[in-house]
Amino acid sequence: MTQTWSITYEIFRKKGSQAAHYDRFEMKVDPDEYVLDGIERIWAFHDRSLVFSHACHHSTCGACGMVVNGVEKLTCITPIRSVTKDGGVIRVEPMRNFPVISDLSVDMTVFYQRMESVGHQPVVSIAHEDSKGKFDPDDDLLRLSDCIECGLCISACPIALTTPAYLGPAVLAGAQQSGDLNLCVLELVDSENGAWRCHSAYECTEVCPSHVDPAWRIMDLRKKLVSRRIKKFFGVK
Amino acid sequence: MAKHPQKPINLIKWFDPRNKSLGSWAFILNRITGLGLTLYLFLHLIMLGQLAGGPEAYDGFIALVKNPIFLAGELLVIAAAFIHGLNGIRIGITSFGIAGGKQKQLFIGLMTVAIIAIIYFAIRMFTH
Repeated sequence: MTQTWSITYEIFRKKGSQAAHYDRFEMKVDPDEYVLDGIERIWAFHDRSLVFSHACHHSTCGACGMVVNGVEKLTCITPIRSVTKDGGVIRVEPMRNFPVISDLSVDMTVFYQRMESVGHQPVVSIAHEDSKGKFDPDDDLLRLSDCIECGLCISACPIALTTPAYLGPAVLAGAQQSGDLNLCVLELVDSENGAWRCHSAYECTEVCPSHVDPAWRIMDLRKKLVSRRIKKFFGVK
Repeated sequence: MAKHPQKPINLIKWFDPRNKSLGSWAFILNRITGLGLTLYLFLHLIMLGQLAGGPEAYDGFIALVKNPIFLAGELLVIAAAFIHGLNGIRIGITSFGIAGGKQKQLFIGLMTVAIIAIIYFAIRMFTH
């Protein structure tokens, strides 16, 4: 039998240069609906000026990342039941550490450019992906990479909060996963704002909805960088 | 490459533990203890400067630091040193790809050691 909860959505609103504020929408919901379902209903029945990003509704496109009650969530797979209670509040805010375009939508252009710069591959071999970075070029079975480029890890990262120049967890994980540490990628990742800027808070891995484990990948990338430096020092190819 | 201005004003948010995981608690603890130990270093050097005042100044200083408030302060320094040092070992290990998947267990284990050590020193300091 379907349950009905009365909850209040508090939605972050900001248009252009206007001051940020929160709009409240009281709603009847099924607690097994997803947070994104409620946001869409607000747009459909209460306020058509609400701007937010979404597409696939099944955690593949990575478009609907937002901050829900203070925690980064992919809203299309976050049940209302998991973030509030009957009579409770769901505060929805845009992701942190990205410029806000409007309301809940953020500009991820720089992030996508960085992902491309480090050679992140959206499609990888199964052996490659399943073995956490061990590359098998002979494997012809392909699958989509675990990383859906949602940006939640960058939103949750305390270093990205103070240093926008920091490449961020997804980008460094992309470099580790690509396995191709050519000179261009090395210049980016083996630098002040690359792998060495991470301060081990592990929030990226906590919020990742796709089991990429960016923190593990950053540490593995460091291991590879140190190994390269040692080999270079001793003249080993 | 586009310029990315630093946002030092957001540093204060590093210390906000709300809705954060254990890794962030470790991150916050390391910063608080690190700042505390740095502050202590300066205080320590200022205190040592008292020695230049001769034997009487030194004796007066020693009598002052036997005060329970100072003892509690010294215990805070010991606690900070244990927490910062042991957490530093965890970060050092995991930063080079060793036991990265076990960072929470490492943190809990090492902080248990720190708590036992702090209790031991507290008993020693306040019962002698």
